[in-house]
Amino acid sequence: MKPAEPVHGFAVLLPYRLVPTRMSVRISPLSAAIICFCAIMAVSTAWAQTTPTMLSPLQIILKWSPLLLRGFAFNILISLLAMLLGTVAGLGLGLALLSEFRPLASVSWLVTQFFRNAPWLVLLFFVMFLVPFQITIFKTTIPLPDWVKATVGFALPVMANVAEVVRGAVRSVPSTQWEAAESLSFTRRQMMWLIILPQCIKRMLPPWMNIYALVAMATVLASIVGVSEMLTLTAQVHAAEGGRPELFAPLYGFALLCFFLYCYPINLWTARLERRFRIR
Amino acid sequence: MAASWTPDQPIVQCVDVRKSFGALEVLKGISLSVKKGEVICIIGPSGSGKSTLIRCINALQPISSGSIQIEGIEVTAPKLDKLALRRKVGMVFQQYNLFPHKTALQNVMMAPIHVLRQNRAEVEVRARALLAKVRLAGKEDSYPGELSGGQQQRVAIARSLAMRPDIMLFDEVTAALDPETVKEVLVTIRELAEDGMTCLLVTHEMNFAREVADHVYFTDRGVIVEHGPPETLFTAAKDERTQRFLSQVL
Amino acid sequence: MQAIGNWFQHLYETTGLNFSVFYDAYDWDRYLNGLKMTLFLSVTTIVLSLIIGAAGALMQGSPSRLLRLAVNAFVVVFRNTPPLVQIFFFYFGLGTMLPAVEAAGMRVPLLSNVQWAIISLSLFAAAFNVEIFRSGIEAVPSTTIEAAEALGYTRLKAYTHIVLPLAIRVCLPALNNNLVNLLKTTTLAYAIAVPETLYAVKQIWSESQNVFEMMILLLATYGILVGVLVWLMHRWERAMRIPGYGR
Repeated sequence: MKPAEPVHGFAVLLPYRLVPTRMSVRISPLSAAIICFCAIMAVSTAWAQTTPTMLSPLQIILKWSPLLLRGFAFNILISLLAMLLGTVAGLGLGLALLSEFRPLASVSWLVTQFFRNAPWLVLLFFVMFLVPFQITIFKTTIPLPDWVKATVGFALPVMANVAEVVRGAVRSVPSTQWEAAESLSFTRRQMMWLIILPQCIKRMLPPWMNIYALVAMATVLASIVGVSEMLTLTAQVHAAEGGRPELFAPLYGFALLCFFLYCYPINLWTARLERRFRIR
Repeated sequence: MAASWTPDQPIVQCVDVRKSFGALEVLKGISLSVKKGEVICIIGPSGSGKSTLIRCINALQPISSGSIQIEGIEVTAPKLDKLALRRKVGMVFQQYNLFPHKTALQNVMMAPIHVLRQNRAEVEVRARALLAKVRLAGKEDSYPGELSGGQQQRVAIARSLAMRPDIMLFDEVTAALDPETVKEVLVTIRELAEDGMTCLLVTHEMNFAREVADHVYFTDRGVIVEHGPPETLFTAAKDERTQRFLSQVL
Repeated sequence: MQAIGNWFQHLYETTGLNFSVFYDAYDWDRYLNGLKMTLFLSVTTIVLSLIIGAAGALMQGSPSRLLRLAVNAFVVVFRNTPPLVQIFFFYFGLGTMLPAVEAAGMRVPLLSNVQWAIISLSLFAAAFNVEIFRSGIEAVPSTTIEAAEALGYTRLKAYTHIVLPLAIRVCLPALNNNLVNLLKTTTLAYAIAVPETLYAVKQIWSESQNVFEMMILLLATYGILVGVLVWLMHRWERAMRIPGYGR
């Protein structure tokens, strides 16, 4: 039996909703960085006083930081490319999800679900092992180095997530907008590109940035499949320094710090945008 | 303190109650008393501190100075036994504030079981009787979301009554209701009053105040401007502010 | 069972599609153990992350500024760093610092790779859970808590009977997402040689040379696991639904 329709119209009984709020104690990126750095140094020096002739962890990090930071820059490059690729593909997939042509919509739904629900690492393996190392188009052979394949591997889940974001944002535009556009005899394509999508961009921005932060953090997975990005280099640096076990914590701590300094501001900015768009 | 109180003394005794939110003083020395069986209405323009006063009486908000005694219990006492206070004082809110995850019956039964640790079977019998009394027999198993605003508000009244309070506080209980359901809530309150329940109401329903109240207080900007029996206040208000307010709302 | 094995054997002989796990008992065993490990990791990390998350959310409401700061720092750090680096940091960085213990006459590390995977994955997911629970609690209007207080409820009782049951319902969709995410993240344990599904399947394909088939199996496995978890969570959501409340 259908429950009786409530006959009131007051906000009091609308379901409580999750509203992103500020944390009670806010941590600025700068102070967080300082705290992290101090913590890492404290941890590393605590164990590092084995023999005075060896370099301290701090010195080792300083010595290798140009290499490690170059590795980190490579991570960022991969993440940016994957995001670009994934966003373009995701926009197309998202529009296909909203297509009025049923088969196209259902196929894209399947594709979206598949790439959203598969673990990133598994997708990465999928691309690494099943895409050939070079492809030949029109008799020109294009080599596909590992990092390019990895980028494609990261772009796939980005695509699916962006598609969902696009779909959600378009759905959230009130139907009156569609009706108004239709009454002005726009075509469906015109409606989408001239009226609906421009309204969506603002709504899509925070979740899109969230996805980017996820990709940036996912790029380290490439080290598992042999791309020499920061984490791979970190392991190599560790080996080059004689594989001292007490160096693990500061070296990986340095990697954590780099990613933190990159992702936390993005996260804060996203949260701010979310709040601002919500109040409006 | 509590021992010295006898039923012939006022249930609520406010003396020079002051309350500030930061630099803003919302109550500027309010004194009033409510005797057993009385129905007292507080009227006045919005923002005159009516709701704040009623919330202070229930210790939902602390007061800045002055004294509020409920059956001899000093509300401002630092070691206030809130449970003892709230057993005596029932409160109904503007926004009903029912617990949306419980049925009407469960909403009424919860506090006696959890707070007073009374026997579940006895509480249920009483709760069903109370729901019938507020004319909601048959709605026991409905969730708040399935009830209209007026029905929810009557559940809220039954919920407070289940604690067997000595006095009921009503904080603009009809302000959030659609006009057609206001009446059913007012009828319920009127029946309560006729049964001898002591009531303190903040209300915008002038006709209701006029018909049911024993005594009406008019407040404006944190002070009691004028008070008296409804027939005097509504027909022969002395203060110019009261006259202006009444001419606007009547 | 035998029929399935025969069918896949036949499939291999006729088409060359080598799903070795379905007719080779050894491969099947490895796959099954991998699956068990994935399930074990998922269940333990889900439970632990919920416990840590709830504790963190409670601590966020504590009057001690220091405690709140500590919880926030935890949340912020674990949310904004790659989980794989976290695992490496824990397993290599901290794992090598801990003293070894004597077990069955051998010196073994105090915590195994499986245990470290559980610890770091739980902490990672808990950081998200803290935020989810906190915003769920904050979504319950203060007026509802006031109503409980006016009925004589103490803070604690109001929380257990009114705020938490409501907050859980508000949280469920977000929690659902995060737990699915956690299930997917358990694959990272592969990197420290925890023999979970990905690890087992990779071993199989390196020996049996059937990457494509095993990849299909792998994707299907995670598809089903995620599907089951989503289904369970949706059932829970439906069971918790309040008539007339929301849609």
